[in-house]
Amino acid sequence: MTDVLNTLALVSNFIIVPGLAYGSQLALGALGITIVYAVLRFSNFAHGEMMSFGAMITILVTWVLQARGINLGPLPTALLALPLGIVATIGLCLATDRLVYRYYRQKRASPVTYLIVSVGVMFLMGGLIRFVIGPNDQIFADGARFIMKAREFKQMTGLNEGLAIKSSQGVTVLTAVVIVAVLFWFLNRTRTGKSMRAYSDNEDLALLSGINPEQVVFIAWIIAGTLAAVAGTLYGLDKSYKPFTFLQLLLPIFASAIVGGVGNPLGAIAGGFVIAFSELIVTFAYKKVLGYLLPTGLAPEGLAQLLSTDYKFSVSFMILVIVLLVKPTGLFSGKTL
Amino acid sequence: MNNLYRNLLLFAVMLALVAVVGISQSWNVALAILNLCLISAIMTLGVNIQWGYAGLFNAGVMGFAALGGLAAVLISMPPVPAAWQAGGNGVVTGLAFGIGTVLAGIISWRKTAHLGGKRYWLTALIAVAGYTLMRWVIDPAIVAVEAVEPAKTGFLGGFGLPIMLSWLVGGAFAAGVAWLVGKVSLGLRSDYLAIATLGISEIIIYFLKNEDWLTRGVKNVNGLPRPVPYEIDLQHTVWLQNWVETYGISLIDASSIIVKLCYAGLFVAVLVVILWLSETALKSPWGRMMRAIRDNETAASAMGKNVTWRHLQVFVLGSAVVGMAGAMLTTLDGQFTPTAYQPLRFTFLIWVMVIVGGSGNNFGSVLGGFVIWFFWIEAEPIGLALMELITSGMAQDSPLRHHLLDNAAHMRLMTMGLVLLLVLRFAPRGLIPEVKR
Repeated sequence: MTDVLNTLALVSNFIIVPGLAYGSQLALGALGITIVYAVLRFSNFAHGEMMSFGAMITILVTWVLQARGINLGPLPTALLALPLGIVATIGLCLATDRLVYRYYRQKRASPVTYLIVSVGVMFLMGGLIRFVIGPNDQIFADGARFIMKAREFKQMTGLNEGLAIKSSQGVTVLTAVVIVAVLFWFLNRTRTGKSMRAYSDNEDLALLSGINPEQVVFIAWIIAGTLAAVAGTLYGLDKSYKPFTFLQLLLPIFASAIVGGVGNPLGAIAGGFVIAFSELIVTFAYKKVLGYLLPTGLAPEGLAQLLSTDYKFSVSFMILVIVLLVKPTGLFSGKTL
Repeated sequence: MNNLYRNLLLFAVMLALVAVVGISQSWNVALAILNLCLISAIMTLGVNIQWGYAGLFNAGVMGFAALGGLAAVLISMPPVPAAWQAGGNGVVTGLAFGIGTVLAGIISWRKTAHLGGKRYWLTALIAVAGYTLMRWVIDPAIVAVEAVEPAKTGFLGGFGLPIMLSWLVGGAFAAGVAWLVGKVSLGLRSDYLAIATLGISEIIIYFLKNEDWLTRGVKNVNGLPRPVPYEIDLQHTVWLQNWVETYGISLIDASSIIVKLCYAGLFVAVLVVILWLSETALKSPWGRMMRAIRDNETAASAMGKNVTWRHLQVFVLGSAVVGMAGAMLTTLDGQFTPTAYQPLRFTFLIWVMVIVGGSGNNFGSVLGGFVIWFFWIEAEPIGLALMELITSGMAQDSPLRHHLLDNAAHMRLMTMGLVLLLVLRFAPRGLIPEVKR
């Protein structure tokens, strides 16, 4: 019985808790991609850099706050700085839309033109970010490190395996839940949200009913900017902030959006968790689990790891390929908001 | 005719710029830039085949170029007998199991349509079982191979064949991967290809960085054999010594200029062949069909053209050219450095070259490759000088000044992004626009 409990603690510690946090970050990122896709109808390659930008502004503000001795006690100071990060990212989104995307919208350019434009934006933003904060790792997490430490858990339960919950993981999940709840309330309950869904569903009909397309686009960028800044900051808090990682993060985020069905917010959330958990399950070393569950003597000598951790990014690609082969529309047949 | 003169003038200006570098800095630098311009031009031609002919967005140029580099290593490096003895059999058997698993999975998927939902489980079972078997065989073999003199070899080595053969093999590697990626993502929404290629290129780089038994990973493979003579051998030849004496230049400079000229000759030959083939293809009925598909897929498929198949074809062709250029680049460098593959340098820069040069025009691509590579190299001194100028008013020890100077290198990223956006917006047809046929 203890063996089973130990296994449970082990799996929770290395898969379930990190998976929930990572999944929330991916889900928020994928939601941003999906909203832009649903309204502006293109895959926004610059979304990773938008996340990076939001995180960067938050970090800069956090540093200022830290220097003045302002903090949130056990919570990370970054939460206090986040609103400014969000506002800055929204500003960046709206400015980009005004200067770059609007022209192509009026010209009714093809999605692939948008795509290549968004790649240009991605590199422009990436250069800007590296120019301001440099290409190196930045650590900005403060406050209490853990909600529960592995040692405390062991003492509490008397098990061999510890279960540690970082406060950044707790903060991530809670923030994500709040943001998603607000977003769904907005989309389903408010007039503007409904008009956005209508516009995404059928543009012509929406225009005929007197919905102002520019306003819908405006709101879409506000939502996308907010989601990006929050997702980027949470990822930076949880792991660490490095401009380069956001280019790599683009693949899992796109995979999440596609797995769930592009354009479908519910799908984006589900996709985020599918990708996060698959990554962790496939790269987890099962040596200890097998040691607990198998009779003594049968435990494997190697790590019993399906895929080396170096390849965790390839997991999202494989899932992407499987989805494209088996069900290209995604789990929640996408393309409505 | 007017256009012809204009285009010739553009090329002449470009070559004159290289010559200016030759006179003001040194001919060695100018030729180094020229060689990389040539390789960039070939890579750009490959991307132009995909984007200009067919409107396919390949966000994974880096991965295909890296596959070319891998081919250069595998073809040209001498085999390491000790490593083969230690784990060669295991690796080969393991790879065979891997390929067998994939084939078995495909066959079982195709033959079991009548099983309904059980089909997924059966295929998954085969995949997991086959993968476990492969890992079980290959893991100890890899450990054994990597243990053979890790500081010097630690990998299986290659086939010890002439390195120029790898230019073709690199193309074939890239074509193979492109076929797989295209098969999965073409025929669906257009951006799926971009996302899939972005993914595969990152994975290829991870693979090359981590599979030490194949590529030595981050330990790099140095000293690839050359298709051209070595400087040191040239310096010992009598004719060069006489020649140097007659014209009064340094022996070291002369030898390295000759080596670079040899490379340039090889690259020009390849460039001319590919350019001729591309132009011929573009003028042929095949090229007309590709343009028809690009401009109106619905109409083309109504005329009985198989759009998905043609897209796959053109995607594979373009990737093969990129792979070839990748192999040539590794040949020129003389070493294989997986960490050198950065999406910025290998995917994005090539895209800027295509767009600036003029998408859909092969000569435009060549010019774009030249222009952008030239300014990419020369932007560093220019950018730094500009930053010095901007910050010259600030105090010597001002932290802002230091910050700006330290990060001046990232100006290139921003500038290239800006160039791409500006060209797309204000001159979407590029320097040499596509010819209306």
